[in-house]
Amino acid sequence: MSKSTFQELFQFAKGREGFFGEYGGAYIPEILHETISELAWAFNEASRDTSFWNDYVKLMGSYSCRPTPISHCENLSRKYGVNIFLKREDLNHTGAHKVNNVMGQGLLVRRMGKKRVIAETGAGQHGVATATMAARFGYDCTIYMGAVDVERQRPNVFWMEQLGAQVVSVEDGTRTLKDAINAAMRDWAGTMADTHYVLGTVCGPHPFPLMVTYFQSIIGQEARDQMLNLRGRLPNRIYACVGGGSNASGIFSGFLDDEVELVGVEAGGLGLDSHRHAARIAGKDACPGVAQGYRTYFIQDHDGQMRETHSISAGLDYIGVGPILAWLHDTGRIRFTAATDNEVIDAFRILVRQEGIIPALESSHAVAQVLKEADSMSPGEDILINLSGRGDKDIFTIAEALADEKWKEFLRRKVGVAN
Amino acid sequence: MLEEYIKLKLQSQPLLLMMHTVVGYPSLEDNWRMLECMCKAGIALVELQMPFSEPIADGPVFVRANQVALQQGMNRDRYFEFMTRANREFKFPLLFMGYYNPVFRLGHAAFCRSLKAAGGRGYIIADLPPEQASELDVMAGEMGLDPIHLMTPTNSEARLREIAENASGFVYCVARKGVTGSKTELGQDVIDYLERCRRLTSLPIGLGFGIKTTDDLALLKGHADIAIIGTACLDIWEKQGETAYLEYLSLMQMAAAN
Repeated sequence: MSKSTFQELFQFAKGREGFFGEYGGAYIPEILHETISELAWAFNEASRDTSFWNDYVKLMGSYSCRPTPISHCENLSRKYGVNIFLKREDLNHTGAHKVNNVMGQGLLVRRMGKKRVIAETGAGQHGVATATMAARFGYDCTIYMGAVDVERQRPNVFWMEQLGAQVVSVEDGTRTLKDAINAAMRDWAGTMADTHYVLGTVCGPHPFPLMVTYFQSIIGQEARDQMLNLRGRLPNRIYACVGGGSNASGIFSGFLDDEVELVGVEAGGLGLDSHRHAARIAGKDACPGVAQGYRTYFIQDHDGQMRETHSISAGLDYIGVGPILAWLHDTGRIRFTAATDNEVIDAFRILVRQEGIIPALESSHAVAQVLKEADSMSPGEDILINLSGRGDKDIFTIAEALADEKWKEFLRRKVGVAN
Repeated sequence: MLEEYIKLKLQSQPLLLMMHTVVGYPSLEDNWRMLECMCKAGIALVELQMPFSEPIADGPVFVRANQVALQQGMNRDRYFEFMTRANREFKFPLLFMGYYNPVFRLGHAAFCRSLKAAGGRGYIIADLPPEQASELDVMAGEMGLDPIHLMTPTNSEARLREIAENASGFVYCVARKGVTGSKTELGQDVIDYLERCRRLTSLPIGLGFGIKTTDDLALLKGHADIAIIGTACLDIWEKQGETAYLEYLSLMQMAAAN
């Protein structure tokens, strides 16, 4: 039997370890060389050991809500004339797909015998998930978070601290996700003997893109079986939002060899012509580069300096994109597109009102794109959206975007009480 | 080439100094005055850091310097203009120091040409491991530029050997784990590590990261050929000014040379 495209991701030509086409690799300070090699070795061993995967699936079944269900959006489907399904990653423990990767790496850390974990976080979901994992496994935990994101996502900071993590507010650079990654790498360069860096997405140096894809592939494996059981056929198209790209990698990995259109939806921000977005592939402001340990499309200037990005959702507001996704774009396997902040807010409201499901702003990008494209689809098509997370965390941002007067009044009163 | 220059210099003094500055921070005028001080003090080698927006190997002092330099409009063209000017004025060899993306964006051939034209003698790229550097290094070698590679105390024997095979000019030994800028406790383990590196290469050996005092230099003599000083200098420039900076360099140079 020939190997699947997913299995082939794990095979590298000699001297090209960690590369997918021209993307990926491990461009790291030499001090981290042995640490990264050790991690690549440990991951390689674990990924060949079926009991490791079985332990992982078992853990996710008892600790999170796996397999997460698929919901048919009956009202939306009627309204738009296509059958819209959601893979409910929002029902995971801690509220998003992030916990999959984190618990998997937690098991790997135990195998490697390390005692401390560090992580970067943008929206805060990965930070909360990592702090949760650390509490459960008994690891010390430090989370790096851009100061701007600390402001945007205060509730998540609160929960990380409650879970016993130390949260470091990063004041360097643009004070967002990319700067949190730099800070975590700097910590790791000094502490690697007992510390594992739990990178939250399919980016960074090899083996992270592959390893995170491996853990997140549980989404695609489940979804494929579920759709076959539910519908007796595969969906026509699958939509997922793409920041770094971990939820998209997870769901797409189950369908790489199928006749299913895969659509990655990036953050269109204020519009692709505004220079205020985070659309690395769908936009025109990115080109191949090397930063943060890997090669991919980065939003950068002519000299190779990274530029500021913008998105209404902290989780998509990132300069780079997973190298496996960049490669699958080049091969034509994944189509990339973008949804703007305004389209996302509209889609958010529609899903909440029509289906009673509160999506994260990140996941709302995928929903927005489906609603935009529904007119051009054939009636009766099956559309699967990876609903990567729930929207509770976004209450401040969304209430502000919706200009909710009662919420503003509530905040004013709370601030008054606190003073 | 650098190796010959360094070995010749070592005939008259036991330890050479390499100094560092982030081009564009605090300003190009400050950089120029720093180079004048380095020249007066008799510094042997100078690395000019090209600022980058994601300096993952640097500590807080240089992270800020990179960021502010970029905010003040530092870019690639201005960097090479500055190097060209410095090369005309000063005799010490100048090295490019920085991160890979600006090099990658310019293209390997164009980077080597720009560096050569500006009078640079080689480069240190903090996030370009030897296995990804070969195309650039070969091109550089053909143009008479030296790719400087880094050895670190965490490297295995096999890895150190691989680095040694790719090295040119001199070997930059990182003194400890972590990023630039924090203090290194120089002890027997650093000496042992330097000996380990020395056995694998006939090139001169430089030691950097956390080098600060004349005591550090005294300890390195006989074990390293070059002491590399970065953050300590910038700290003095910012907190104590030019006179103190020149005094510091002169004191360090005297300690190194005797």
